[in-house]
Amino acid sequence: MPKKRDAKKINFTSIAEVPTMPMSLGSMLWNKTGTWRNIRPEIKLEDCIQCGICWKFCPDMSILIENEWPVVDYDFCKGCGICAEECPAKCIVMVEERK
Amino acid sequence: MIEIRFHGRGGQGTVVASKILADALAQEDNYVQAYPEFGVERRGSPVVAFIRIDSKPIYDKSRIYAPDHVVVVDPTLVEAIDVTEGLKDGGWIIINSDKKPGEFAFPSKFKVATVNATEIAVRNKLGSLAAPIVNTAIVGVVTRILGLTKLDSLLKAVGDAISIKPENNKTAASEAYEQAGDYC
Amino acid sequence: MKKVIMGNHALSYGAMLARSQVIAAYPITPQTQVVELLSEMCADGTLDAKFIKVESEHSAMAACIGASAAGARAFTATSAQGLALMHEMLHWAAGERVPVVMGNVNRAMAPGWTIWADQNDSLSQRDTGWMQYYCASNQEVVDTVLQAFKVSEALSIPSMVILDAFALSHTYEVVDIPEAAKVDAYLPPFRPLYKLTPSDPRAFGGLTSPEHYMELRYKLQKDMEKAPALIEATGREFEKIFGRYLGLVDPYLCEDAEIILVTSGTAGYTARVAVDAMRAAGTKVGNLRIKVFRPFPFEAVRKYTAAAKKIAVVDRNISYGHHGIFSQELKSAVYGHADGKPVFGFIAGLGGRDITPASFKEVVDYAIAHEQPEAEIVWIGAKI
Repeated sequence: MPKKRDAKKINFTSIAEVPTMPMSLGSMLWNKTGTWRNIRPEIKLEDCIQCGICWKFCPDMSILIENEWPVVDYDFCKGCGICAEECPAKCIVMVEERK
Repeated sequence: MIEIRFHGRGGQGTVVASKILADALAQEDNYVQAYPEFGVERRGSPVVAFIRIDSKPIYDKSRIYAPDHVVVVDPTLVEAIDVTEGLKDGGWIIINSDKKPGEFAFPSKFKVATVNATEIAVRNKLGSLAAPIVNTAIVGVVTRILGLTKLDSLLKAVGDAISIKPENNKTAASEAYEQAGDYC
Repeated sequence: MKKVIMGNHALSYGAMLARSQVIAAYPITPQTQVVELLSEMCADGTLDAKFIKVESEHSAMAACIGASAAGARAFTATSAQGLALMHEMLHWAAGERVPVVMGNVNRAMAPGWTIWADQNDSLSQRDTGWMQYYCASNQEVVDTVLQAFKVSEALSIPSMVILDAFALSHTYEVVDIPEAAKVDAYLPPFRPLYKLTPSDPRAFGGLTSPEHYMELRYKLQKDMEKAPALIEATGREFEKIFGRYLGLVDPYLCEDAEIILVTSGTAGYTARVAVDAMRAAGTKVGNLRIKVFRPFPFEAVRKYTAAAKKIAVVDRNISYGHHGIFSQELKSAVYGHADGKPVFGFIAGLGGRDITPASFKEVVDYAIAHEQPEAEIVWIGAKI
């Protein structure tokens, strides 16, 4: 059985590797959901009041707090826009993803 | 195997009486099976309870249709229902009543015994005349007439089963057991 | 210690002796006394368990699944409509492989509104992945709860311990209550394969793609296939300690029988009385009581019916548009093994109608009088 913390997609090659019960075997860190995004949040830190509401509301835990300031983790942010909607200071804007 | 049917009214402890008897019998290494009427009980409505007794394991899980004996906990039931339904010839009809056996019009193929369990219960402060708790006296009578268990086993079963006034209940069972000696 | 107890309390004693750690249940006639006594035991300290009052049977099973996933030994009990309401969670328990043990008092399904015995409630849950044990005495109920936990925990499959409404649930019988220290030796504490714990966080029962789902089900079936041997082994182990064997089936005078009655539940004991009477009158009849219905004891059934000329299955249940459910199972078990031996299917005792020794006499008389059954169902004791 693979190590449970392995950040890679698990594919069973034999029945022996299948656990008895349906349960998580590894993390989803391999699944970079940032690629699903077509609009991206951008935080204007000069207007930020450090309230933490974006961090609290992000359904994918993609707002990180670094040195007390919010930072978007673009590897996993799906661009849902909830942070921009909830921000009381209106300092998060959604902009079109340019690839 | 002996099969007995108890007739009472909901709330009188008829099912408890059959359970106490079962407890007493089990102490003397009998196999017993006691069960209430299958269904819903309502206070005051006629209820029945049954007991099977054997020296071997009891495999028959069907209901009792032809009891060897019947016990009537509430004397007013004699008028209300046919307590002899299915009763085997030669079986006892044991009635809680202040009447004499001859005052009941049962066919002569049955043996009739009466003991005033209500009087015994009330004198031992078990309930009131309107609502006497007669089940411990009744099992005393049944035990003696049918020769089912020793008095000691019965008294132990009464003590184990009843947490309210256990001594009064034991006295009632003993007195009823003694009075029933008239039929033995 | 011998005690005179009702079948419902036999379930409670079983759960108590198994040292259940979580009990979540909702009352329903005729099961109520099971959880009444368990709640008293939890309140007075006889049983060191968390008693969870819930708002429905669905929630009762959900709570048991959660408790079991967290590594606790979990028990519940229900009946009929309550079991039906649990249906979704029954699949969940088996699919998640939590070894919950549940008592089910066999009560017919409403409407017409009913509280009396038949097996359609539990047999409607046949394909949920639960093991099912059908008991015939209060002694068997206490003993089987202990065995069910042992087998369930070894295989990570939940179990249902089933008893007939009233004929067992409300009937007092002499039961030898197993000694706690001996039970502890037979049934050590539950050690789950995996459990919910903050030190090793996992998600259970999450999205499973077509790449993986089928293998999980294959494993459930393979573990279910291991159950018959394990039930026999744990039954022997139980016998060594307590002197009572707990097997897959309970054969009675089957060796030389020309007609084998196939029965279950309390009717399986009443049948013995009929067999004794018919044997005394010269009829070579035997009784095979099916104790474990899931996994179905194919080998045992083939073995004990091999020498007979006719098989007469008495079902206290019906699959509408097909026939009696044990009868279907019997036919599938002997298919290809029976050399055209007829399997007669009888239906009796639905909705609490009594099944008496005379019912079995009628069954056997029919089987003697007919080379082959005239219909898939022969009704016994119905006013038709």
